[in-house]
Amino acid sequence: MRFAFTKEEDDFRQEVREFLKNELPKNWDGIAGNNLEEGASENEWGFTLEMREKLAKKGWLTMAWPKEYGGQNASVMKQVIFAEEMTLARAPGRDGFGIRMLAPTLMIHGTEEQKTHYLPDIAAGKVQWCQGYSEPESGSDLASLQTKAVEDGDDFVINGTKVWTSSAHRADKMFILVRTNPDAPKHRGISFLLIDDMKSNGIQVNPIIDMAGRHNFNMVTFDNVRVPKKNLVGELNRGWYVGATLLDFERSGVEYSSRCLSLLEELIDFAKTNKRGGKLISGDPNIKKEITELYTEINVSRGMSYKIADMQSKGEIPNKESSMSKLFGTVLEQKVADLGMKILGLYGQLGPKSKHNKLKGKIEQEYLSTVSATIAAGTSEIQRGIIATRGLGLPKG
Amino acid sequence: MDLSLNETQQMLKNTAKDFFASECPETHVREMETDREGYNKQLWEKIVNQGWLGVPFSEKYGGFGLSFLEFCILLEEAGRVLLPEPLFEAVLLGGMPIFISGNEKQKEELLPKVISGESIVTLAFYEEDDLISPLSVQTKASLNNNVYKLNGTKMFVPNANISDLLLITARTGNNDKDISLFLIPSSTEGITISPLSTISSDKQFVINLDNVQIPSSNLIGNENSAWKTIETIFDMAAIGKSCEMLGAGERVLEGTVEYAKTRTQFGRPIGTFGEIQRHCSEMATLVEGTRFVIYEAAWKLSNNQNASKEVSMAKSWTSDSHTKVCAIAHQVHGGIGFTKEHWIQLYSRRAKAAEIAYGDANFHRNKLASLLKL
Repeated sequence: MRFAFTKEEDDFRQEVREFLKNELPKNWDGIAGNNLEEGASENEWGFTLEMREKLAKKGWLTMAWPKEYGGQNASVMKQVIFAEEMTLARAPGRDGFGIRMLAPTLMIHGTEEQKTHYLPDIAAGKVQWCQGYSEPESGSDLASLQTKAVEDGDDFVINGTKVWTSSAHRADKMFILVRTNPDAPKHRGISFLLIDDMKSNGIQVNPIIDMAGRHNFNMVTFDNVRVPKKNLVGELNRGWYVGATLLDFERSGVEYSSRCLSLLEELIDFAKTNKRGGKLISGDPNIKKEITELYTEINVSRGMSYKIADMQSKGEIPNKESSMSKLFGTVLEQKVADLGMKILGLYGQLGPKSKHNKLKGKIEQEYLSTVSATIAAGTSEIQRGIIATRGLGLPKG
Repeated sequence: MDLSLNETQQMLKNTAKDFFASECPETHVREMETDREGYNKQLWEKIVNQGWLGVPFSEKYGGFGLSFLEFCILLEEAGRVLLPEPLFEAVLLGGMPIFISGNEKQKEELLPKVISGESIVTLAFYEEDDLISPLSVQTKASLNNNVYKLNGTKMFVPNANISDLLLITARTGNNDKDISLFLIPSSTEGITISPLSTISSDKQFVINLDNVQIPSSNLIGNENSAWKTIETIFDMAAIGKSCEMLGAGERVLEGTVEYAKTRTQFGRPIGTFGEIQRHCSEMATLVEGTRFVIYEAAWKLSNNQNASKEVSMAKSWTSDSHTKVCAIAHQVHGGIGFTKEHWIQLYSRRAKAAEIAYGDANFHRNKLASLLKL
């Protein structure tokens, strides 16, 4: 056992920290209280892309990639450190869809032509991809998806609707799961396609505004959208398995604890320097109790992530551990936001637009926006089911 | 960062797990609840013969020359079976204070006795005010002609009935932290020991000290300097107790999942019901969350790093989570779980005792709050 980083890892952390200090504007506070590019204004989106290109030039975005594709084959722990530092600094510019999801899928299932065509642009941080998975009638039961692709000459013709499509309004391209055989069992009639241009005829992107007032999600409709057959990734009707491909890139979920810590430290600072009824907020025993509880839970969450990273480092496959980390981490984000509400009192209800707000109104935003993480990428209920059945071996209901 | 056990640690864990599984069945745990002494001499001897009492102590005193971290691995396995024998107490409350603050002569004389089981030593710290604080120590020791005279009452002293030597804290000066530590044979005149009846049916005692006289050479560490030792011991004890809770929690989880798979109602295993799956996944998540925080603190303590925050995070988390794990286990087990004949209650009674030992969750949250300068 060793609960410390190596000298090399500490140096790398320092290097990332220095870089971010130089590249982020003074007093950088994140985008609308969010770590991601999501919901950013035009200006902020521009800055996100600028940062992405710089991070790509440093080779950090693709550090997990194998060397043959221009990556560094970086250790899982190094990836964890990068994720931690980016998140703690609330720095934009990472690329979940292209770098972390589509690229590994292409490396394993893509044709040589697909690899040479798509990977360099992804690596350079030059294209924004989005993911066409969920549908209005296919949420947790994703494999029941009904968006159809019918073969017609050299093309597939797509009809249907995708929903919760993050960043579709920013995206240049989309990878999408479509039904290509309606008669097969549900997992075996799905294919994985690449849509080269989100501006194609027949694609309509409709914003879904979330309850925090942000535009992150979209509903995307397809009306006879043509996609060339060469854009099929993997075998026809094997798309479910292609989509489930994972390289052993870091997936510890360490962002949860880093995001929580960054916000909690800001809240502690606020509570120690602001008064209510003439007394420091940090002196309130209830507030103290909650701060220490959450500070502790953040370390628990961090431990869950490090456990996953440690397993991955040793070639083991995390299973229930990932579900636990996601379940625990996303609920924790809600708890920290809720503590923020208590610390700010009546001012907690004021968002970024109010001139009377405190902490720039970010607590109101955090409170509202942390709900979605407990739903996206497998709801808390789905995670609990995975822990119970796959993890503990309880029989399926 | 490496969360795996090394070869020595893994071997220690495996040996301990097998040993305890065969030597400490549920029947033994039950038997010791009503036993006068609370431990079995033959089993204790076997534990001693494994060398486990010497795990964290240097080889020159007859120890294994490993560290506190390795001892924690043992405690996790002892906790899994609710070992009644005083492994935790003899090492952390008996040997450890001598090891970290005794002079060389005392260490050479006493540690081999602790390690070989020739002596059982325990620590009498708590008093009427049960807060872990130097101010709670009201027992007085006054020095006259190289003899200390002690008067006072000690509470919640584990295993005093089977200990031949007692480590006793007493006030020796007027400053808050003027506390000293004395080694006193339990047969010394003026000592009376009376048992407490506890929730976990373990052996804790009240010790009355009535003009107990002891030569000044029995001072462990310097006069007025014991508080620092006590803080270190209680940090280790908090983590050691957390390790026992971790082992116990894993056992409770395993047994409860097993029950959910086999118990049928409405014509199917109750483990197929969403509510039961939710209970089990919550237990598993709580237990999973525990290991890292405990061993992070144990590792730092073993490497002489500042672990104050980590200790308080670990003990407050484990105190809360282990009690919760046991409470959920009761819900899954239904009626049978709260009967005396069922094994779950053995765990849930001890969970409460462990939760409040060496600082409960609120104590450690308060400590963490001051470390965070709240």
